[in-house]
Amino acid sequence: MSQTALTSPDDATEVVAVDPAAPPPMSRAEAWRRRGPLLPALVFTLALTQVPFLMTIFYSFQKWRLLGSGEREFNGGANYVAVVQDGMFWRAVRNTAVMTGGTTIACLVIGLGMAIFLNHAFPGRGLARTLAITPFFVMPVAVTLFWKTAMFDPSFGLFGFISRTLGLPQVSWLTEYPMVALIILLTWRFVPFALLILIAGLQSAPQDQLEAAQVDGAGVMLRFRHVMIPHLRPFLELAALLLAMNLIQTFGEIALLTAGGPAYATTNITYYIYLTAFNAFDFGMASALGVVSLVLTIALIMPMLRLLSGIFQTEGRR
Amino acid sequence: MTHPTMKRGLGGLGIASLFVGLLAGCSSDGGGGGNDEGGEDVTITVALAANPQMQTAEKLIADFKEKNPGINVEFTVLPENELRPAVTRDVSTNAGQYDVVMIGSYEVPIWADRGWIIPLDEYAAADTAWDQADLLEPIKNIVSDKDGTLVAAPFYGSSSFLFYRKDLAEAAGVEISQTPTWDEIRAAAEAMDDDANNVAGICLRGLPGWGQNLAAITTVINTFGGSWFNMDWETQLTAPETEEAVQFYVDLLRDYGQPDAAAAGWEGCLQSFSQGQSAMWYDDTVFAGSAIDQSIDGVSENIAFAMAPTGPGEVPSGWLWSWGLGVTASSKNADAAWKFISWATSKEYIQLVGNEIGWDAIPPGSRSSTYEIPEYTEAAERYADLTIASIEAANPLQPTVMPVPYTGVQYVQIPEFVEIGDYVSQQIAGAISGSQSVTDALKASQDFTDTVMDGAGYRD
Repeated sequence: MSQTALTSPDDATEVVAVDPAAPPPMSRAEAWRRRGPLLPALVFTLALTQVPFLMTIFYSFQKWRLLGSGEREFNGGANYVAVVQDGMFWRAVRNTAVMTGGTTIACLVIGLGMAIFLNHAFPGRGLARTLAITPFFVMPVAVTLFWKTAMFDPSFGLFGFISRTLGLPQVSWLTEYPMVALIILLTWRFVPFALLILIAGLQSAPQDQLEAAQVDGAGVMLRFRHVMIPHLRPFLELAALLLAMNLIQTFGEIALLTAGGPAYATTNITYYIYLTAFNAFDFGMASALGVVSLVLTIALIMPMLRLLSGIFQTEGRR
Repeated sequence: MTHPTMKRGLGGLGIASLFVGLLAGCSSDGGGGGNDEGGEDVTITVALAANPQMQTAEKLIADFKEKNPGINVEFTVLPENELRPAVTRDVSTNAGQYDVVMIGSYEVPIWADRGWIIPLDEYAAADTAWDQADLLEPIKNIVSDKDGTLVAAPFYGSSSFLFYRKDLAEAAGVEISQTPTWDEIRAAAEAMDDDANNVAGICLRGLPGWGQNLAAITTVINTFGGSWFNMDWETQLTAPETEEAVQFYVDLLRDYGQPDAAAAGWEGCLQSFSQGQSAMWYDDTVFAGSAIDQSIDGVSENIAFAMAPTGPGEVPSGWLWSWGLGVTASSKNADAAWKFISWATSKEYIQLVGNEIGWDAIPPGSRSSTYEIPEYTEAAERYADLTIASIEAANPLQPTVMPVPYTGVQYVQIPEFVEIGDYVSQQIAGAISGSQSVTDALKASQDFTDTVMDGAGYRD
């Protein structure tokens, strides 16, 4: 008896690992007895996530215009045909891609620069870090209204003030370069997010390898290129994926900054669906737009998710 | 050590307050008690737009309760943009959440046509103190259905006119008449435009949206002799008169308008004008009081007004808008709902607001008697006469030079207009930004409008 007690924990795990027959085959009743208590949660989750989606698919096959003439009726795939033929929809897809891609790249580049800067010790670093992260925690509506009047506005804004002071021509940001303005605003808001992830990456940098490289005579650039970048790669990929997933849903910034204009230059898929559903009250068409854009988003996100699961495996191996 | 305890304490507090909330909810809902007539207490729910005038109604509700014991009023106050979808969804699905809804004059006839709101003519006829004949005729027309039956009670009404700065006009040596033409306004804008001092000649709405830039542009189209459709419902957006009007608007805005024009709606123009950054502004009469109140010193005392400018078509070009209160078809307390509407749109209510809150806070433009109240005409001395003149000049039943099959001044009274209007307003905003020509913008607009109208069955 006492000998069993003396067996080291290592031995115990070994015994379990060696004996593959240890978990006895479960009876069906036993399996359900174990699974049963989980069912309410599963049903609840399914109801909350899948029922609205199934309803959206159902509506997307209907002619359903609240303000239009005629009753609600099944209209085959007419909505889908309309979506695919709708030049505006493809314009919105393009705008979404430019906005998401542009902002993600800008956030990664600026975020990495700031992370490298904030990773060095200097007096007041704590304060600088807090300040750098703040934009992410301000509400999007407040941020947008602030940028619209206090930054972009040629008369009242900071940009206008700077160009007047420097004697440069006045730039009407929201009228002439609406997409650039939107990307600037989103970048300002999301850089802290990239910064947080990348700073974590920098702090877990392999100091031994860096030192070894330095001893071997590698300069700052070489060390960054051949040691830091490979180390940071999973962090960059993770940041890019999370940023893209956040940015693809942008709505408030567009609604308040440009109302999607001019000439739909800043209308993304989300805003276009909003216009179709809650301005034109064409719920059938809006549902079809939602389903098609979901398919497109999945097609875009899946390869990135696969990349991400790659990240988890690499991390696990370390 | 204290941490977990504290957390648990907070959690307990949260749960406790939840229960208190539930109990409070029960008690207020279940509040019985008879009233003078011996009937049951009723509660009506009112959906309102969150604008200052409506919030005043909420503040003064005690007066209604005093006069109507037994009727409880609950308010759902939403921003204008959210009110429309929320209320439309509710009434169209007959969900019955609201008894009284506040809707814009564009929606009123459409909703009446769908049977979502009930006719009010019998209530109005029985309620002699409410005095239907006192309503301003054009305003009454836009809150009635296509047969002329009153289906909503106007809470306030407004038109559009020109705001301008007397001092800047004098300095530039231009005189702006009380009934200016658009050509005169263009010349005045040229004279007053002052890049060195950062003053734009005129501020006009450029932000896309059927209720933003398109409202102003449609009034210009009307007075230039253009229209949206002809009597056969053929789209007229590429007709020469329409194109001339849109070209005029876009050129005026690009030459002498506020900077970043395609991003400025009425909000942006109100700010620009009241901060002294624009010499003129063409917009809604209801903003007159706000413009005077909000303006910086030196601007406020120099604000003057003129009628909406006219074009070669020489039809009056002020628009017409009203927020109306209607009773939903799903309401189970229609009588109580009318009592509330009658109170909120009565002469006494206007007196009440004037005495309790201030004469600049009353809902204007709904009743002619409002403009006979000495206190109000004194408080709104600079714009009261022009407001009522603008409203009375507008003709929603015949807004254009050529006869048209639709009603509405700055909008076309058909359900498809929101979709068409949003598209066209985007295209014109593109022309304002310079990313496309007016001709291209109108060509695209014409094609889009044709596609929508083909499917809508007007041309059959």
